[in-house]
Amino acid sequence: MFRLAVVLLLAFMTLPTVVVMAVSFNPTAILSFPPSGLSMRWYVNVITYPQFQRAMWNSLLVTAGAVALAMPIGTAAALALARGRVRGASIWATLLLSPLVVPGVAAGLGFLILGAALGLLRSRSVLIAAHVALVLPFVVRSVWVSVRNLDPTLERAAASLGATPWRVFRRVTLPLLRPGLLAALLFAVIVSLNEFVVSLFISTRLTEILPVAMFTYVVNYTDPSIAALSTLFILGTFLVVWLADRFLGLGHVFLHHR
Amino acid sequence: MARPVVELVGCTRDYGGIRAVAALDLVVHEGELLSLLGPSGCGKTTTLNLIAGFVPPTTGRVRIDGQDVTDRPAHQRRLGVVFQSYALFPHLSVFENVAFGLRERRTPRAEIERRVRASLALVRLDTRAEHRPAQLSGGMQQRVALARALVYEPRVLLLDEPLAALDKKLREEMRSELREIQRSVGITTVFVTHDQSEALGLSDRIAVMHRGRVEQLGTPREIYERPATRFVAEFIGASSVLRGRATAADRVTLTGGEAVRVLGVAGLRAGEAIELAIRPERIRLAGGEEDNVMDGRVTGVVYQGLQTELTVEVGGGQRLLVFVAEPTPTALAPGQALRLHLPPDAFMRLQDSGDEVGR
Repeated sequence: MFRLAVVLLLAFMTLPTVVVMAVSFNPTAILSFPPSGLSMRWYVNVITYPQFQRAMWNSLLVTAGAVALAMPIGTAAALALARGRVRGASIWATLLLSPLVVPGVAAGLGFLILGAALGLLRSRSVLIAAHVALVLPFVVRSVWVSVRNLDPTLERAAASLGATPWRVFRRVTLPLLRPGLLAALLFAVIVSLNEFVVSLFISTRLTEILPVAMFTYVVNYTDPSIAALSTLFILGTFLVVWLADRFLGLGHVFLHHR
Repeated sequence: MARPVVELVGCTRDYGGIRAVAALDLVVHEGELLSLLGPSGCGKTTTLNLIAGFVPPTTGRVRIDGQDVTDRPAHQRRLGVVFQSYALFPHLSVFENVAFGLRERRTPRAEIERRVRASLALVRLDTRAEHRPAQLSGGMQQRVALARALVYEPRVLLLDEPLAALDKKLREEMRSELREIQRSVGITTVFVTHDQSEALGLSDRIAVMHRGRVEQLGTPREIYERPATRFVAEFIGASSVLRGRATAADRVTLTGGEAVRVLGVAGLRAGEAIELAIRPERIRLAGGEEDNVMDGRVTGVVYQGLQTELTVEVGGGQRLLVFVAEPTPTALAPGQALRLHLPPDAFMRLQDSGDEVGR
C-alpha cells in the first residue's frame, strides 16, 4: 500500500518531464500528447532560432557573472557569520537569506524600479546583480555548514607552524571548506540558470536569459520547440549534476558535510 | 640559573568581564620543562595562548629571548604547539602535516624530505608517512603532532594537555616518551595540564595556577612537600587538615588536646591558631614511638591493591586520611581502635593565598 503510494508520487513527480520530452519529438506544430510521430525538426528550430542563441549566450554570461561574484561574497559572509565575530550577526544573516522569502514578483519589481532609476536596464548588470542576490542565500547556507564543521584549532595550528593569515586560508581553511564550496557552486549555477520571475521584470529583448526567452516564445507560438528546448535544458542540468557527482564526489556533499 | 627564554611580565587577559589571567609574571628558562598546573578555568590555557600569540594580553608584555613579541602574531614567534585535539590537518598526509612548517619557511625540497623523515623516525612513525591522520590511532596522531611541532626546530615547545585525550595506559607510555624526546632535543617546553601526576612526573618546575594567578612556583618536590598555600596543598595530592594552637616555635596543641612536635614549619609563634596539613602516606601505625602519637578509631576502609586507605577519627572529631601499605601489619576494619604516629617533619602549614583576585 505504502509502496504503491510512493510509486504513484514518484510517477507524478517525473511525469511532466516525460511528457515534455515526448512532445518534443512531435512532427506536427501542435503541443499534443502522445506524439503522432518522431521528428527532430523542433530541435533544429531551437538551435537555429537567433533569439534562443542570444538568450543562451545571455544566460551563460549572467550565470557566470553572478556566480563569480556570489561565491567570494557568500563565502566571506559565511565565514564571518559562522565564526560569530560580527556585530549584529543575526541581522546580517536575515538580510542575506531574505531573497528566499521575498516573492519573486516583489523582488523583480524592486530591481526594475532601481534599474530604471539608475538607467542600467539596457545592460546585463542589473540581471547579474539580481542573480547575485538570489543565489547568495544558497551559497551562504552551504558554506556556513562547512565552516561550522571546521575546527578553528586547525587554523591556529597552521599559524603556529609559521603560516601567514593568507597562507592559513589557502592551505587549511579553503581545502577544508571544499565540499561546502562545491555544493554552493552547484546550487548557485542551477538556481541562476533556472531563474525566471525576477529576470522577466528586468530583461529586454537584447538581454533576456533563456527561461525568459522560452516564456516569450510560448506566449507567441504553440509549436513543440519549447518542449525541445526544455528537454535540452533538463539534459544539460542533469549532465552538470552527474558530472559533479562523478568527479567531485557530490554524494558526500549532500549526505554528510565534512 | 639558565637564561630566560620566555618571560611574561605583568600579563593580564580579560574575556568580557572575566579576568582569565591576572598580572602574571612568569619566566621559563632555557631547556627546562615548566608545567602550568591547575583546575579548569585557572588560566593555564590562556597563559599558553598568550605565549603562543593566539590571544594578545589585555595589559602586560610577552618576551621571547629578551625580545618583546607582544605585538608579533603567532606565525612570527617560532614556536611549536601541540594541541589537546592534535589539530592534524585531515586533508594532508602524515608527511605533509610534518612538512607544513618547513614549507612555510621555504625550506629546500631535499632538506624537507630529509628532516621530515628524521622527525618521523624520532617518533617511530617512519612507515606511516603516506597515511592520512584519520587512519592512525590516537597515540600515533599524538606523535605526528609532536613531530610536526618539532621538525622546524622551534625556540619553545608549547603543549596544551597533549595527553588528555589518550586512555590511561597509553597516556603513561606517552608521558615518558614525551619526556625522553624533550630531553634529547633539549627544547624549552611549557606544558599545560590539570593532571597532577603528569605534572609531578614530567616537570623540572611546576607553576600551580589558581584564579588567574600562580599560587606557587617550584620543583615537583617543593610543590608536593612544601605547598605554599591551602589551595596548593588541597589540589596536589591528598592531605588531612588538623586545627590547633601553637604553644612554642615547635609545638602545637591540636583541638582534640593532643600535643605534637613539628619540625620545619617556619615562623610559628606561641599562642597563634594554625592549620596543619599532613599527607596520608606520611602517617604510620604507631609501633612504640613516644612522641606525636595519637589514638583514633577507624571509620572507613578502602582497599586499593597497593595500599589500604583508612579514614581515622582522632580527638576533637578531626579526621585523618591514612595510607597503609599492603600487606597491612594487622587486619583493619571499621570501628577498630588504632594508634597513629605523625612524624614531626611531616606537617605542612596551610596559609591562605596572599592576595585575592578581583573579578
